[in-house]
Amino acid sequence: MSTLKATGITKTFSGVTVLHDISLDVPGGKIVALVGENGAGKSTLMNIFAGALRPDSGSILIDGQPQQFHSVSDATNAGIAMIYQELNVFLNLSIAENFLIGNEGAYARSGGLIDRHALREAVMSTLEAVGLRRNPDDLVADLGVGERQLVEIGKALRRKSRFLILDEPTAALTEQETSRLFLILRSLRDQGVSIIYISHRLAEVFELADSVVVLRDGQEVASQSIAETSESELVTQMVGRQITNLYPRIASAPGKVALRLDRVSTAKTHDVSLTVRAGEIVGLGGMMGSGRTEIARAIAGLDPIIAGTLELDGEARHFRSPRAALAAGVAFLTEDRKYDGLVLPFSAQQNLALPTLDTRQRFSWISQHEERAFAQRMRDSLRIKLQSLDQPVERLSGGNQQKVALGKWLERNPKALVLDEPTRGVDVGAKQEIYNLMNDLKRQGKAILMISSDLPELLGMSDRVYIVRDFTIAGELDGHDMTQVEFMRFATGGK
Amino acid sequence: MMKWIDQTKRKTTSARFNLGWMQKYHLGPALGFVIIFVALSITSRSFLTVHNLLNVALQTSVNALLAIGMTFVILTAGIDLSVGSILAFSSAITAGLLIGHVNIVLASVIGLVVGALAGLLNGLFVAYGRLAPFIVTLGTLTLFRGATEIYTGGVPIFNLPEAFSSFGAGALVGIPIPVLVTAVIFALGLLALQRTTHGRRIYAIGGNERAAFLAGIPVKRYLMAVYVICGALAALAGLVLTSRLGSAEPTAGFGYELDAITAVVLGGTSLFGGEGTLWGTIIGALILGVISNGLNLLNVNSFYQDAIKGVIILFAIMLDRKRAS
Repeated sequence: MSTLKATGITKTFSGVTVLHDISLDVPGGKIVALVGENGAGKSTLMNIFAGALRPDSGSILIDGQPQQFHSVSDATNAGIAMIYQELNVFLNLSIAENFLIGNEGAYARSGGLIDRHALREAVMSTLEAVGLRRNPDDLVADLGVGERQLVEIGKALRRKSRFLILDEPTAALTEQETSRLFLILRSLRDQGVSIIYISHRLAEVFELADSVVVLRDGQEVASQSIAETSESELVTQMVGRQITNLYPRIASAPGKVALRLDRVSTAKTHDVSLTVRAGEIVGLGGMMGSGRTEIARAIAGLDPIIAGTLELDGEARHFRSPRAALAAGVAFLTEDRKYDGLVLPFSAQQNLALPTLDTRQRFSWISQHEERAFAQRMRDSLRIKLQSLDQPVERLSGGNQQKVALGKWLERNPKALVLDEPTRGVDVGAKQEIYNLMNDLKRQGKAILMISSDLPELLGMSDRVYIVRDFTIAGELDGHDMTQVEFMRFATGGK
Repeated sequence: MMKWIDQTKRKTTSARFNLGWMQKYHLGPALGFVIIFVALSITSRSFLTVHNLLNVALQTSVNALLAIGMTFVILTAGIDLSVGSILAFSSAITAGLLIGHVNIVLASVIGLVVGALAGLLNGLFVAYGRLAPFIVTLGTLTLFRGATEIYTGGVPIFNLPEAFSSFGAGALVGIPIPVLVTAVIFALGLLALQRTTHGRRIYAIGGNERAAFLAGIPVKRYLMAVYVICGALAALAGLVLTSRLGSAEPTAGFGYELDAITAVVLGGTSLFGGEGTLWGTIIGALILGVISNGLNLLNVNSFYQDAIKGVIILFAIMLDRKRAS
């Protein structure tokens, strides 16, 4: 079995050391997890392995032989395959055609024709190896995210890759898809493939990996066998300080009902009834695709309500647009900040100012001075870390982006906040800050409805939890009933 | 600290929002303009004269007006291919009214209103019909040209009153009136885009329409507005052109949309919306004007002029993209 080794890897970008003397040992047939906060240097290290970046010093060895990667194809030829979070598949092509791209030589016949038969045979056997029950002629666009990932893994195997690097592979997968992926990864490991697994989800690391390496600020802070460590120890290593309470829920003193849905139906959801009191964090959980986001969209005025009533502070409301919902006091933090949360080319200041432009204008004239003062105030109170408020948000880290995406609503002084996956793609340290911010809002008497796929977070931060199944509320848990077992019972419809 | 330092190493795509006024005012195109300007000053004796430079400014004013309107549209990630046809149609209407002895101011205002209404039609289809701007304005490009031909019967409308021509031919303290008009429109547009809530919202819609909608911005109204602005400015460009020529031609403005788009793109505005400035656009328009003027002065065969112009445009855009990355 082949081994992959990196020794003394150092990488500097314009004088800033992002990787300092990193050594990593990937034995054949093992799964090594790589964890660390955003910006710890994981991606840089992986890009060096994948041949996309060259280190300033240090070397990569395969079976003891030093390697020189000048390009991604050098690394590919050496047997290293990288599966990025954003998959490199062609949605408009079939599975077989995806296998063909980049490997045309293997299926070429004279005159530039394709040997369709050989291609089909090869694809069929590979699909079986990765456990994907699909026809090679199926369009990749029709596949789920998990299936597309398996196509990429299959392509890597086809290229005889001995080292597989996966970057946050489960970020967009359902529970089912995740367990299927794990099954495949374990079987690949048993066949001698070495795997480097990057993840924010520590539970997965413990479920899957044989050993774990922790990076922090470009330094390797720990490299240990999985049996020798614990989740809380990993968190401490990643953050560099001890976090005593992962989910700092504060005691609630809920006031009157601020947000009430009574048998609300939209084109998708039906008969949704729920309440959120002032000064309360209420969780909204359920499987992916169960209808959680659709409920949030109805509250935020994005999807029209066709039956039932929505009340805000006891007053029936009918929002025709997000603009109306916002004016009434409902703020909506969407689940994908890059898709619909932030204006990426805008600066942090311009993003923060966007929902409240009118409050700082005279005859439509923007007061630069007031806007700057406002942005500075938000930056300080949210502890947004940036070089300058004029820096485009697209260049901020995930945690800081999320703070901007959330923070921009606060100046509207909403009565109710709907937070869809408020800590997705955010590292442990920034998570804590977002939790603290949510607690501050709770103390101020805001009604908060939080959607989360992270079950420990959902149960840990919420005062009560509603479970969504089949586009309606399937159950409600509070107090001692708020356990993962009870939650899953409702979420899956089991007894 | 490290957290964001390594993020800043990634390549920069946004020039407008970077630190420093160099990038803020998009000096890539400005540099290109200066180079061409200096080169022509050296190679042609008649280029660097007050008379010629005023002539360049005058010749640029029609395209500059179109390009200013086009910038509003392109900032929202849209496009308006119909400006040349709107120019012709509104000019024909104004000219028709003028030979019918309608008051000059009234006829001009009606021309501008016709342009704005034509833009409104584009805007309605784009904002409320949710149709692709390219397709909509490709359709109205033909529609308005057809309307112009029907209205004029395919023949130019001339014998316009002297007073109307004096608008295009006249000057104030030595500066041609069309240049002054363009300068005022430019200044107003610049202030609107950079300093007002409306401008900020137009940028936001181009940068991320969904995020803008969620932030309570009435996206449809703004989308409609930019096409109205673009249509009205096309009509204004038409008034300038008609008064300079002394007649309204049914073929006026043919292909002008491409020059306007070229000026906007040369100025560094992204066709994907959300990024760019009017400074860039005006410099883009001046580059085009100076190139045409210079090639004429150098007596370059007109067959070669277009080819040379194309090469310079490609080169300038390449330089700009290199600098931005």
